[in-house]
Amino acid sequence: MRIFSIKKYARYAIFIVASLLGYGWAQPGNAAAEKLVLTGASTIAPLAAEIARRFELQHPGMRIDVQTGGSSRGINDTRNGTAGIGMVSRALKPAERDLQAHTIALDGVGLILHASNRVSGLSRQQVIDIYTGKIVNWKTLGGRDAPITAINKAEGRSTLELFLGYLKLKNSDIKPHVIIGDNAQGIKTVAGNPNAIGYVSIGAAEYEARHGTPIKLLPLDGIAATVANVRNGTFPLSRPLNLVTRTEPEGLARDFIAFARSEQVHDLVEAQYFVPIGFR
Amino acid sequence: MIWLRHNILSPLASVDTLTLWLLRGAAGAAMGVVMLILLFLAMESWPALRHISIERFLTDPSWNPGENLYNLAPMLSGTLYAAAGALLLATPLGIASALFIAYYASPHAASTYRHLVELLAGIPSVVYGFWGLTTLVPLINQLHPPGASLLAGILVLTLMILPTVALTAYAALLAVPDEYMIGAAALGLSRWGMIRGVALPAAKTGIAAGVILAAGRAIGETMALLMVTGNVVQNPSSLFEPIRTLAANIALEMPYAMDDHRAALFVSGLTLMVLVMSLWSVAARLARNGDG
Repeated sequence: MRIFSIKKYARYAIFIVASLLGYGWAQPGNAAAEKLVLTGASTIAPLAAEIARRFELQHPGMRIDVQTGGSSRGINDTRNGTAGIGMVSRALKPAERDLQAHTIALDGVGLILHASNRVSGLSRQQVIDIYTGKIVNWKTLGGRDAPITAINKAEGRSTLELFLGYLKLKNSDIKPHVIIGDNAQGIKTVAGNPNAIGYVSIGAAEYEARHGTPIKLLPLDGIAATVANVRNGTFPLSRPLNLVTRTEPEGLARDFIAFARSEQVHDLVEAQYFVPIGFR
Repeated sequence: MIWLRHNILSPLASVDTLTLWLLRGAAGAAMGVVMLILLFLAMESWPALRHISIERFLTDPSWNPGENLYNLAPMLSGTLYAAAGALLLATPLGIASALFIAYYASPHAASTYRHLVELLAGIPSVVYGFWGLTTLVPLINQLHPPGASLLAGILVLTLMILPTVALTAYAALLAVPDEYMIGAAALGLSRWGMIRGVALPAAKTGIAAGVILAAGRAIGETMALLMVTGNVVQNPSSLFEPIRTLAANIALEMPYAMDDHRAALFVSGLTLMVLVMSLWSVAARLARNGDG
């Protein structure tokens, strides 16, 4: 009993010392309860949580706490020190240059059509006209004589924001025929409707098309929607997924960011249909 | 004699008291849970209700939380249209199934058919939704694009609530005392005459309870409708136009909603709760009038 309580006090003492010393006390393998807090983009949070779980397995005694709340919360919490690392699902704005961004993955969004649709490419203006209801028949675009079914994403999804940003539209300008939640539902809807057009994560669409789902990814402004073009930055509808820090990361934060950018987590990145950053 | 009285009366009386209090406790707990749900919904909705007036939820030009527009009215009507349509189809079909099992089918056919209906009740709603998305929606699309529509929602919902109506109606018919039927047979009534004149009136309350139960399920059903109705927020002008229900709205937008948007989704949930509760109170009043 006595030995037990001494152990407990020892653990408290280690914890207090560790807290006082802060992040500088990183020693992998040590049983001290060290904690790193991540807050921000809900797009990144599931991936970050997976990476954190694997990181904790390799570094016993470390606790990584992942909370969502949006990219702007990630920026704020990092600035005021509430979070060690912020998650921001876009490139940093000029006003945010005081922070350091560490890209852990890329996310690309591609337009998909049914595989039987004869239309083989669309310009940005044509996409705008389809989604605002100015073009309502595939015949106008060189396809079959059939009405277009425009599929939009639900309010609040980051894919929607990226898409609207690319088209420079407001969501209330869009006249959709179907609104979907996740990528899988969008792909199923297009696969079941030869006259539908939708936009989903490129990774998810490539995976489904390779496994026989009758959909095809559309080149945008002449650039093929492929994971490769997202990785080399030429595809117009893509964005970086960033971990941001206030200063040059050190200690646990540095280790975690290095781990999240390493090849060891590429399978996790791909499982979420994001594009891993390139090898060097 | 004395030990008998001792054994039977006093212990049983105490068991009765105990059961009474246990049941009172359980009922109280159930009521408490409902109250807590209401309180929770109200608390989570409060950030939105504080600076968005109630009438804005009915009069805003559209539902675009990203642009601070919060009109719930089209979703309220969408929910009601889908549920009413499904009830309209499922009630006669369900009662007919129950009559078939109870009075027309041979014992073997009756038990097979009943097991089939029970199986239908056990299928998870996503399976119905997935079937709707991959089979029903493309079919309707050939008839009238885009396929994802109020009609698809009504058909999927009908399938889902049909077993509820059929099985409760069957149980209600089973509970009609044999003497009634024997008496009716002795009067020389035909089989249909017995059903219409005796069985259905006697089972009326039970059947109505089943329909109300089905209505509750139809209003609250989420995943299947999310997958087949298209989810466009609008007042449908035909059966082929997409709609969004209140429950689907929450499932669709909750994972990515923050601040006012999130609170507005709780307002959507609160509306759903109030809708179900008011339907129940109407149903309870109807049942009371029917009895009296």
